[in-house]
Amino acid sequence: MARAVAYGNRAQAPPGGRVRAFARRKSTIAFVMTLPPLVIIASLVIYPAAYSFYLAMLNKSMERFVGLANFGFLFTRETFWMVVKQSIIFAVSAVILKALIGFCVAHFVHNVPSKGQRKWRGMLLVPWVIPPAMSTLAWLWLFDPSYSAFNWVLQRLGASALPWLGDPYWARFAVILVNVWVGAPFFMIMYLAALKSVPEQLYEAAAIDGASWWQKLWYITLPMMRNIIAITALFSLIVTFANFDIVRVLTNGGPVDQTHVFATWAFKIGIESSDIPLGACVSLFMFPILAVAAVFILRDVSRRGTEA
Amino acid sequence: MRRDRRRALAWSYFFLLVFAVFFLTPPVYMLLTSLKTSAEISAAASPWWVLSPTLANYVELLTSPIYLTFFRNSAFVSVLVVSITMLVSVPAAFALSRMRFWGSAALATGVFLTYLIPDTLLFIPLFKIFAFLHEWTGIEFIDRWWVLVIVYPTLTIPFCTWIMIGYFGSIPKELDEAALIDGAGYLQLLTKIFIPVALPGVIAATIFAFTVSWAQFLYPLAFTTSADQLVLPVGIVTTLVKGDVFNWGQIMTGALLGAAPPLLIYAFLMDYYIAGLTAGATKG
Repeated sequence: MARAVAYGNRAQAPPGGRVRAFARRKSTIAFVMTLPPLVIIASLVIYPAAYSFYLAMLNKSMERFVGLANFGFLFTRETFWMVVKQSIIFAVSAVILKALIGFCVAHFVHNVPSKGQRKWRGMLLVPWVIPPAMSTLAWLWLFDPSYSAFNWVLQRLGASALPWLGDPYWARFAVILVNVWVGAPFFMIMYLAALKSVPEQLYEAAAIDGASWWQKLWYITLPMMRNIIAITALFSLIVTFANFDIVRVLTNGGPVDQTHVFATWAFKIGIESSDIPLGACVSLFMFPILAVAAVFILRDVSRRGTEA
Repeated sequence: MRRDRRRALAWSYFFLLVFAVFFLTPPVYMLLTSLKTSAEISAAASPWWVLSPTLANYVELLTSPIYLTFFRNSAFVSVLVVSITMLVSVPAAFALSRMRFWGSAALATGVFLTYLIPDTLLFIPLFKIFAFLHEWTGIEFIDRWWVLVIVYPTLTIPFCTWIMIGYFGSIPKELDEAALIDGAGYLQLLTKIFIPVALPGVIAATIFAFTVSWAQFLYPLAFTTSADQLVLPVGIVTTLVKGDVFNWGQIMTGALLGAAPPLLIYAFLMDYYIAGLTAGATKG
């Protein structure tokens, strides 16, 4: 239909040169319209991504091809394995906490009368809106070794002050806490949107059948939200795994490299110590998880495509 | 039954309050600190209260040329990136959603997938590429604020195109058929019908592009170093935080002012902001 219309349109067009006729063709116009993003993405995303594989196989001065020697070197370094461990702990525990908190808060917001919901939702999304580099500065100040406002409260309550960013374990806890603080509101908003899309009749029918709130949650809410829970967690896993801002501002990897994740360690090696190949090598370890996520998302997209 | 419901409501309010305190403590603390003098910050008084509020930090920052330079750089970069993003994404989304051609569905998915490649994977090769281009063309790319205008669109275009494909896809086909029969060209169809009808989507995408470019931290940290080329997030982190002398009153003021543009947009256009956030996943 659309094609017929397009041809009809062309037939009515005032007689022009061949160039104009060519320019009026639908597929040509469509191609010209999609070209700019394709060029930008190809030259500034696809090409650099491929290039980083090549970079990772050069020696430090980037004059000689060394194959997989950089990877071999990384595997012998203790710091590398520490970064692997910390990246996984950081991403997995932060995503689980964000999902749980987001799920609970979404329920609480959904429970209150609808005219108050807007106000609560508006307040609870604020951490997501502030640029993370800025809000992490506030956390850095809250954790300050000598003037920590948290420690002030703890001491008033009779507890002792905590070395928030000085001790490796507390520092790991702190970066996860800040990440959860930034990301939980996003989960809340997604889950709230999902909750709103569950038909009310399902709950009414379940109530008539005498279902408890637990059964409603397990047999209605969770299955209806399954897709959004999965896709949000997947996205968050990618973003959290590749996180840079929070660790960089809060601990910069310290104390003694204990809180580095792939991104911050790659920055330290690649930019600050100017060992570009080794830095590229470190950042490439974020690739496998991206590939796995891409497969899942592709499956989801194609399924939606067939449903529609 | 009614008592149960009332109790559930009371608990909901209680927990909402607890989480609101958790979520709002850092911004509130930023505000409190920004109103204090250095003397009051280092005094033994309660950190959670301001004894003698003052706007001195704000006055000092808003009259400091270097802070205004950061602000101006951020504003330039963000406005340019938003313009480029919208000029590129909207036509592309229109073509991909309406002018079906060979491979258009695969392209739409492909564009979205590039959204998954994070900046943390790209900054090292990009750094090298810009150094290379400098040798080749003689144009200095590193340590110039406008290099950010080149790289930021890679962060905004994929998602904005995806949002717009969704919004355009929900416009009934009869509308464009009617317009085409009336003799409208594709450009007219886009500017006279699609953009006005999908205006909420355009606004949501614009907000998304702005907040992403305003908040981006890694690229400017990697690509710019001179004080006059920095954008706000990096400027505050690197120049206000100086060695051992942390002037926390000023840092918090700077961070709060830096967070103000996205916060204001959020306050006034909350529904569009949230629509943009949820558009990616709740569709379908």
